[in-house]
Amino acid sequence: MSALGVIGGVVQPVLIVAGSPLLVGLMRQVRARLEGRAGAGVGQPWRDLRKLLRKERIAPRGTSEVFRFAPLVLVATTLVVAVVVPFVATESALDPVADLFAVVALLALGAVALALAGLDTGTAFGGMGASREMTILALVEPTLLVAIFALSVRVGSTNLGAIVSSTLHDPARVISPVSLLAAVALIVVIVAETGRIPVDNPSTHLELTMVHEAMVLEHAGPDLALVELASAMRLSVFLGLLANLFVPWGIATEATPLALLIGVLALVVKVGVLGGLLAAGEVFVAKLRLFRVPELLAGSFLLALLAVAASFFLA
Amino acid sequence: MYVQLLDLACGALLLTAVLVLWRRELTVIIRMFALQGAALAVLVGVLAAQENSAELWAVAVGVFALRAVVLPYLLRRALAGAGESRRETRPLVNVSASLLAAAVLTLLAYAVSQPLVELAPSAATQAIPVGITVVLIGFFVLVTRRRALSQLVGFLLMDNGITAVGFLATTGVGLVVELGVSLDVLLAVLVLQVLTTRMRETFGDTDLDELRELRD
Repeated sequence: MSALGVIGGVVQPVLIVAGSPLLVGLMRQVRARLEGRAGAGVGQPWRDLRKLLRKERIAPRGTSEVFRFAPLVLVATTLVVAVVVPFVATESALDPVADLFAVVALLALGAVALALAGLDTGTAFGGMGASREMTILALVEPTLLVAIFALSVRVGSTNLGAIVSSTLHDPARVISPVSLLAAVALIVVIVAETGRIPVDNPSTHLELTMVHEAMVLEHAGPDLALVELASAMRLSVFLGLLANLFVPWGIATEATPLALLIGVLALVVKVGVLGGLLAAGEVFVAKLRLFRVPELLAGSFLLALLAVAASFFLA
Repeated sequence: MYVQLLDLACGALLLTAVLVLWRRELTVIIRMFALQGAALAVLVGVLAAQENSAELWAVAVGVFALRAVVLPYLLRRALAGAGESRRETRPLVNVSASLLAAAVLTLLAYAVSQPLVELAPSAATQAIPVGITVVLIGFFVLVTRRRALSQLVGFLLMDNGITAVGFLATTGVGLVVELGVSLDVLLAVLVLQVLTTRMRETFGDTDLDELRELRD
């Protein structure tokens, strides 16, 4: 465990927790401006969270511990990912966990916990949301694994830190077909996984269309605050992962204050720009019919597979 | 630099072939086909720069003119006459399944082209599986789509793939041969364009499955 890894392990979760609601606020603000509205301001998600955290904890009658623990599991798994994945520093505090499979499994564990909580309430909406979320998750996970795997083939390791540092040393890799195909696949998957348009609309409560919102409908007060915070954190984690896998420049490789400061700034700028682009893109597309979503995800899976194939063909 | 440009051109070939399979709107399919033509021209251009041969440069320009400009223009004109049927509404194999089939075809292309690559391993020959994948995807489009126009694009996709394999394997098959093949393709498209127009005039549709039934 190196000094850089430990510092990164402390800085990253603080940055992600503090910054992710601001990222959500920024994305809502970008959308609002593009749609000709004034918008609620970048700090609004934090104000919402503060309001929710002050409320009383209520659980629906008949729910079990599964319902109560789900938000905690979701936040905890996302926090672990925020600690280990190379966002600010290339080295990780818990190196064995900074592995492709471990990280994807941790993220999936959080999503499954939330889906179980949705089923636990026994309401129609909870079950419907959970079933839809699982359908999407089952299609997303293989693509996520295969897309990052395409990048790890050249490095010979599934350690995310190793992938990031090897891209740092060999910038020409970024414009290879392998990277481009994997990047497109990963973007589609991240959009689906974080529940953005065109797969899910995070700002709707219409029963025909909602996926994520239907699942967390029964959560209230501090539990809801945790779920919202965790969703925001997952969005930041995925965007940060995307940014650092394909454009890792600026990330700290040594434990000096200046390098760390540049690392933090680079991450904030990269994730902010990606979030802004995602929000701007959402204005121009309509939500896909739920039955068309598998088609989109099959396409992204094919692109990810082509990326892996290309890393063998065009070596 | 040469290897990277070559790989990028091959990546673009593959991506456009997949997008043809993925999208339903015929206008988008034609645009993807035009982009693929441009990628093929870039591929030939990169090979020409590497070989430093004026003949290959001429072929590159010819490929661009034919496959990125003339053929898409002809297809677009055929589409403009088509009226309302602008979408490939119900392919024989649905889109998700055909995308997964394309994944299998890619692996198949990789497997069957290994002996070819091993004959003379170089950056160009290593990209042969990409060309074969495009051929297979084109064939898949040809057999699973119903609209005459998308079947035509499938046929042209196959031809693009064959041309790409030819250039990657032998660095050009000679100007005369290339010219002959190109004229052949152009002629096929012109004939098929006339045929689609006649079909629509007779049946009011270009769904080829309708042709199986006998009519008065």
